[in-house]
Amino acid sequence: MTEEKIPVLETKSLGIQFGGLKAVNDVNIKVYKGELVGLIGPNGAGKTTIFNLITGIYKPTSGSYLLCGKKMNGLKTHQVVKEGIARTFQNIRLFKKMTVLDNVRIAFNKNMKASLLQSVFRTPYFWKEEAETKEKAMELLKLFKLESFADQYAENLPYGKQRLLEIARALATDMKLLLLDEPAAGMNPVETAELKESIKMLRQKFGIPILLIEHDMSLVMSICERIYVLNFGEVLTSGVPSEIAVNPDVIAAYLGEEEEGDDSDA
Amino acid sequence: MPGIMKKRYLITFASVVLLFLLLCLLFDAGLLGRRSDYFNGLLTVGMFYIIVVCSLNLLTGYMGEFSLGQAGFMAIGAYSSAIVTTLISDAVSLPAIVLYLIAVIVGALVSAVIGLLVGIPALRLSGDYLCIVTVAVAEIVRVILSNVGIPAITGSATFGKSFAGIAHVSDYHYVYITTVICVAVMYCYIRSRYGRALIAIREDRIAAAASGINVTRTKVLTFTISAAFAGIAGAVYAHYITTLVPTYFNFSKSSEFLAIVILGGSGSMTGSVVAALILSALPQLISYVVPAFVSYRMLIYAVILVVVMIFRPGGLFGRREFSMAGTLEKLTSRRKQQAA
Repeated sequence: MTEEKIPVLETKSLGIQFGGLKAVNDVNIKVYKGELVGLIGPNGAGKTTIFNLITGIYKPTSGSYLLCGKKMNGLKTHQVVKEGIARTFQNIRLFKKMTVLDNVRIAFNKNMKASLLQSVFRTPYFWKEEAETKEKAMELLKLFKLESFADQYAENLPYGKQRLLEIARALATDMKLLLLDEPAAGMNPVETAELKESIKMLRQKFGIPILLIEHDMSLVMSICERIYVLNFGEVLTSGVPSEIAVNPDVIAAYLGEEEEGDDSDA
Repeated sequence: MPGIMKKRYLITFASVVLLFLLLCLLFDAGLLGRRSDYFNGLLTVGMFYIIVVCSLNLLTGYMGEFSLGQAGFMAIGAYSSAIVTTLISDAVSLPAIVLYLIAVIVGALVSAVIGLLVGIPALRLSGDYLCIVTVAVAEIVRVILSNVGIPAITGSATFGKSFAGIAHVSDYHYVYITTVICVAVMYCYIRSRYGRALIAIREDRIAAAASGINVTRTKVLTFTISAAFAGIAGAVYAHYITTLVPTYFNFSKSSEFLAIVILGGSGSMTGSVVAALILSALPQLISYVVPAFVSYRMLIYAVILVVVMIFRPGGLFGRREFSMAGTLEKLTSRRKQQAA
């Protein structure tokens, strides 16, 4: 890594306090171009809170974060998306009563230009833009092998496919950074393998940097280039997977200290 | 425009024109005889019901927020348009169509502006809280209209608590065309990127924002549009009935509109149109046949509502839409199958 390169995402002592609880405190994370960075830690460590801070759902109480060197504090969620950060959610958040195609089409909305009057009076430009958007959305669906489900309601998709659809929707926002929040949660091994392939394909095809929260350690260890370990809202350590796997602090954070471990079953 | 859509729009347009000609035949050629005026009136009332119910459906069915204040925006449209047309017609005599157009435009604009002013702070809320704000807004409008006498500017109309002598320009020909345009515009709004964004917000507000949709702006825009159409309905009503009383636009009127939306199917424009026509005309028709029944009007509503909710919880049409072209295609394909 060269020093002069500007990271795609950089958080500078980012933190948020809920009442007296420092949910996230002094977090410094850097994600560089084309990287796949893992964010792991025990439940309640503040991983999703960091995502919510970065996407403008929460307002940070301290610190700041930058996208490609541009300060992003205070932007609303939809503005953050416009700047180029897309995400998926831990509990899938699809538009259930919309078709699979429309779920993806929604994400193109911010770049569509047909005005209210053009849309209502169905000018040729409206039709042209609608057709183009549909075509782009179908291409994305094909990438995730979802094109045959295009006209079905999103809620009728099998679980694994819903996860993929959420990633497809995030991709449609044409982002610079992708945040994946536990994409493998609740998946069976076959689906996890499928997901792994999809993530690999994403990186080869688009080269987008990804920040990934995941509890499935075999997945994290096999695809991430660097890993940040979070505990009690603070970065415990960071490094390449092979270092993290043997780091005693990380093991302690996950499994408890040795003397505590003895009576944990009692 | 893609060919198939062109064909579908043409078929819809043709059926709308055919229906118009049929109505002209019924009313203008006097096929209904002396009952003509009566049915004519029922239809006109039904049509402004359609406009206001569809406008409420934008909020309830597509934005997923309940509003119990639609009668308030209707009142704003009715009073503002009536004041303007009365002032104008005292000064100059204009043809009915021009006066009607002025009424509709004024009603829409004034109502939209107030909808925007209310919407910007109110739409920070959602669910029950927003619903209560809409009730409050409608009540404020009603109370103001009942208590603040508009100073008599002219001699011909009595301004004040009730407002009489409004020009009768809501001819059913104009009202029909207005209704068709209003419903078409609302339908096209829903079936565009704006409508998609709106439905996405209904489904999941956070995911919508995370997909780049400006949630607040979309909601305020829709609220304003909905208010504008309620205003149009009010203007049509005022220039049909010619006398306005503030108590007409009370809470039970708003809840009546909401009941019609739910009965037709929230999320279906067809449902709103059909339910508005049936429910505005049915009580009148029943009391026409059995005059003693007129005081049981709301009872009929209640019974119909309960029965429909038991057998069709999603409303008569659910979220489906009726399409003339689609029905024709189905019919012809079935005939082809039978022939083969």
